[in-house]
Amino acid sequence: MLRRPVTPRLYAATLTVALLATATFTAWAQQRLVPAQSEIAFTSRQMGVPVDGKFRKFDAQVSFDPKKPDAANIAFTIDLASASIGTAETEAELAKPDWFNLKVFPQATFQSGAVKALGGGKFEVVGTLAIKGAKQNVVVPVTVSQAGPNTTATGSFGIKRLDFKIGDGDWKDTSMVANEVQVKFKLALTGIPAL
Amino acid sequence: MSHPNRYTLPAIALHWLLAAAIVGSFGVGLYMADLPLSPQKLKLYNWHKWAGVTILTLSALRLLWRLTHRPPADPPMPAWQRRAAHATHGLLYALFFAVPLVGWAYSSAAGFPIVWFGVLPLPDFVPVDKALAEAIKPWHEILAWAMALLVLTHLGAALKHHFIDRDGLIGRMWPGRA
Repeated sequence: MLRRPVTPRLYAATLTVALLATATFTAWAQQRLVPAQSEIAFTSRQMGVPVDGKFRKFDAQVSFDPKKPDAANIAFTIDLASASIGTAETEAELAKPDWFNLKVFPQATFQSGAVKALGGGKFEVVGTLAIKGAKQNVVVPVTVSQAGPNTTATGSFGIKRLDFKIGDGDWKDTSMVANEVQVKFKLALTGIPAL
Repeated sequence: MSHPNRYTLPAIALHWLLAAAIVGSFGVGLYMADLPLSPQKLKLYNWHKWAGVTILTLSALRLLWRLTHRPPADPPMPAWQRRAAHATHGLLYALFFAVPLVGWAYSSAAGFPIVWFGVLPLPDFVPVDKALAEAIKPWHEILAWAMALLVLTHLGAALKHHFIDRDGLIGRMWPGRA
């Protein structure tokens, strides 16, 4: 069998194709949220008592290269009916118009705007949070860590529930349920390029 | 100056303070449990929990005082009455601790840690577990009703001593001069 020597030209061509493929793969690779290993939790305060809740159903579209934060695009959809918080009684209450008004607004969304790298795996994501028909800008500090193909993004930020009319009517009294609600997240992602 | 036939002043003060707190908490507890969820219900639940922890604390103080200070002698009465009186007191003391502790455990298991007077966060001594919370819940109520029955027994006996036996027993615990 005659073996063709690898000419520099062929080598270059092969390398180019390989690089292009890699680049394409990197860009279009399934950047995916792994919901089963992710958590979105929140803590509110009722007369000083921290009450923890979490959302069991949410998903995200992620396009994020840590080296090109400017090009990042992160969009979340959270199924508000999946909130679990304390008792069945409180969960039934959350569905009502004074709270999430689930019939009209079943989902909350987050859409990223500017993403800034702060160094050391830390990023600042500015975005728009939409709940119950109200939109608010939020600044979300995110810490990214990687182990093999898995990326974990964690962070927390505060929102004011009355900005979104969550707990309207009789529940507006912030001495009963504090206005400040802390949102905490741990997101398991795959397909994110290396830091 | 000494009143050998009376309880000490701190014992009398704790008795009446706790009587008021316990009767009040029992009433609020009965009323709040069936309310629909509202800020008012939330407020009453928290007040009830704060009162419960206060009752627990004062009861600890009271038990300590009782163990270190001799109560006045019993007036003459049949032995069975004496035994019944002491058994009622013993059970009441046990319930002064059991009822608030079980309530506290229920609150913790349900995922609502107690923050005393909205200021002091208390530790959870049971894990957050809905099934456990549901298992504990009826016991808080059952024990509170048991305490209510014992309180009525205690009250009935005291009134019987006062109005039928006329043996001056109530004077041992009456505030002010007997």
